[in-house]
Amino acid sequence: MKTTYREAVREAIREAMDRDDRVFLMDEDVGHYGGCYAVSKGLLEEFGPERIRDTPLSESGFVGAGIGAALGGMRPIVEVMTVNFSLLALDQIVNNAATLLHMSGGAFNVPVVIRMATGGGRQVAAQHSRSLDGWYAHIPGLRILTPATLEDARGMLWTALEDPDPVILFEHVLLYNMEGELADDAGPVPIDRAAVRREGSDVSLITFGIGVVKALQAAEGLAEEGISAEVLDLRTLRPLDDDAIVETVRRTHRAVVVDEGWRSGGISAEISARITEGAFYELDAPVARVCGVEVPTPYPEHLERAALPQVEDILEAARALISGKDGTL
Amino acid sequence: MTFPPSPSLPDESDARALLRSMLLIRRFEEKCAELYTQEKIRGFLHLYIGEEAVAAGSLPVLQPQDSVVATYREHGQALVRGVPATTIMAEMYGKQEGCARGRGGSMHIFDAETRFFGGNAIVAGGLPLAVGLALAARMQGEDRVTACYFGDGAVAEGEFHEAMNLAALWDLPVLFCCENNLYAMGTAVTIAHAETDLALRATSYGIPAWAVDGMDVLAVAAATRRAVQSVRAGGGPHFLEFRTYRFRPHSMFDPELYRSKEEVAEWKKRDPIPLLAARMREAGMLDDEGMEALESEVADEVDEAVTFAEEGSWEPVEELTRFVYSETEEVS
Ligand SMILES: Cc1ncc(C[n+]2csc(CCOP(=O)(O)OP(=O)(O)O)c2C)c(N)n1
Ligand SMILES: [Mg+2]
Repeated sequence: MKTTYREAVREAIREAMDRDDRVFLMDEDVGHYGGCYAVSKGLLEEFGPERIRDTPLSESGFVGAGIGAALGGMRPIVEVMTVNFSLLALDQIVNNAATLLHMSGGAFNVPVVIRMATGGGRQVAAQHSRSLDGWYAHIPGLRILTPATLEDARGMLWTALEDPDPVILFEHVLLYNMEGELADDAGPVPIDRAAVRREGSDVSLITFGIGVVKALQAAEGLAEEGISAEVLDLRTLRPLDDDAIVETVRRTHRAVVVDEGWRSGGISAEISARITEGAFYELDAPVARVCGVEVPTPYPEHLERAALPQVEDILEAARALISGKDGTL
Repeated sequence: MTFPPSPSLPDESDARALLRSMLLIRRFEEKCAELYTQEKIRGFLHLYIGEEAVAAGSLPVLQPQDSVVATYREHGQALVRGVPATTIMAEMYGKQEGCARGRGGSMHIFDAETRFFGGNAIVAGGLPLAVGLALAARMQGEDRVTACYFGDGAVAEGEFHEAMNLAALWDLPVLFCCENNLYAMGTAVTIAHAETDLALRATSYGIPAWAVDGMDVLAVAAATRRAVQSVRAGGGPHFLEFRTYRFRPHSMFDPELYRSKEEVAEWKKRDPIPLLAARMREAGMLDDEGMEALESEVADEVDEAVTFAEEGSWEPVEELTRFVYSETEEVS
């Protein structure tokens, strides 16, 4: 079946709503507007305003209400239009969702799923282009998922809803229009393992979200130059699949970590550290990183392009590792 | 502010129960303060002393299926709700027999049995949770009221206003219980709020709201009955502003530079415990002997709690990372 990432997410929501009447979706503009990325288009007509619930502009209020509803026995899917606005709900996500189970000595778990759009590349300037997926991955108590394929867009949501603890799904804005084939019987997928999206033997491109698409393109280009690149899609940023990270480095002995987020203190630093801890003696070259340049994402197209990791940047980093001109700093 | 005349006394056993629960909170917390100086209880400790009428009058109105959300100043609510004094004390000791396995301490009392959803130490952080609990109840068709306690300080937070609007907009069964003790730490209501009539602030969201004499346990009980009845009948959220006063410092670290001894003394004349006791004596429901009996019952309960906590055990360090995620299969 031909479909898009957007439709796959919508189908996942529809399936969840059908399967479990404790599930409901809420956010600003999910109902009458159809979702700011048209993900929930048509669902209001199908499920009604109780379960496709338009909220006022109150990120902290409705994210907290989702957490409360989860405590009260529901299985809410709380959307936050974009990760940028989730900063207004950080208190609820960090101080409540991620913390209540532990602080209550196991008495109260929080089975909430929070979905948000993330990332840049649409020329909407700094306040609408953040990549904070790695930030959230810093918080124990949360599970952080980054669906990068149609299968994952279709399949991660239900598995996340079955998880007894809070799960955040980051959907990169540039992926919504991604088209492709999806099996007719596509359904829930496991959420705890990384996946090798392309096998290779010379260098590992380790990434997630939109990085997977770019890394696959880069791997294509590298192949033409006779370089065999493996692409590891992390899929989950917390917990990180350490085994998969170490295994890919064992196979290729070189790693490029690709993250749209900033390098300093970012998830790329964490991944690099884990390679050092788990596969130091496997490395033929230092770990390279391709990250967002450390500026608030600018508006003009040429500057935004320069600020975000591009396929050429990945190509260059991989070539440098292979030719021995290692180190990108 | 002048309040309507105090309601008449209930029958003897009800009046005695009210007096007993206020006394239990008082003696329990006096013991906590003592244990704090002995360093048995550590961290932050916020005492409720002076405000007992609010918890004692309001919580018994709730049913077992209802939910409670509270703040870091929640020993009173927890006790009246029926969280055992033993497990609360053990929690304050940090022992694993505590109601939250000692993970939370004084500010984070949780108890699934009594649907006591914490003990939240982020000012106003509990309000959105209460809205969500009420939303869940409504969507599940359950007859459940959520009572949410918070202070005057919370009224200035954005989360307060978001929660008011959501609760009113979605017509949810929440009772907002504002404990206006006139101070947020050392900041008087008059220097923190442009409009100091806090009930009026809720009214602006279309929520029925009124102020109640929070030192008069009978007034608290009557107002709560009226409000809860209306919430339960589908009347949407209600808001009660309990005018009260804390007799003790904000926490054990507070030098109380912001208020005078005279002001505290003036409020102590309206101590809710002697206030009710005097009325009961007048009505012939209580004499010295009866009061002594109550005191000794309460003392026994507090002693039992301390013994329980003392005899409790420390969670092994190996369990440090338990309950970061739910334990589905492997339980260590
Ligand atoms: C969001 C937030 N800001 C600041 C604090 C620090 N703090 C703890 S209690 C408190 C005062 C709260 O006053 P109020 O809401 O009136 O409750 P009370 O302590 O009087 O019961 C403050 C400022 C906090 N815990 N949370
Ligand atoms: Mg106060």
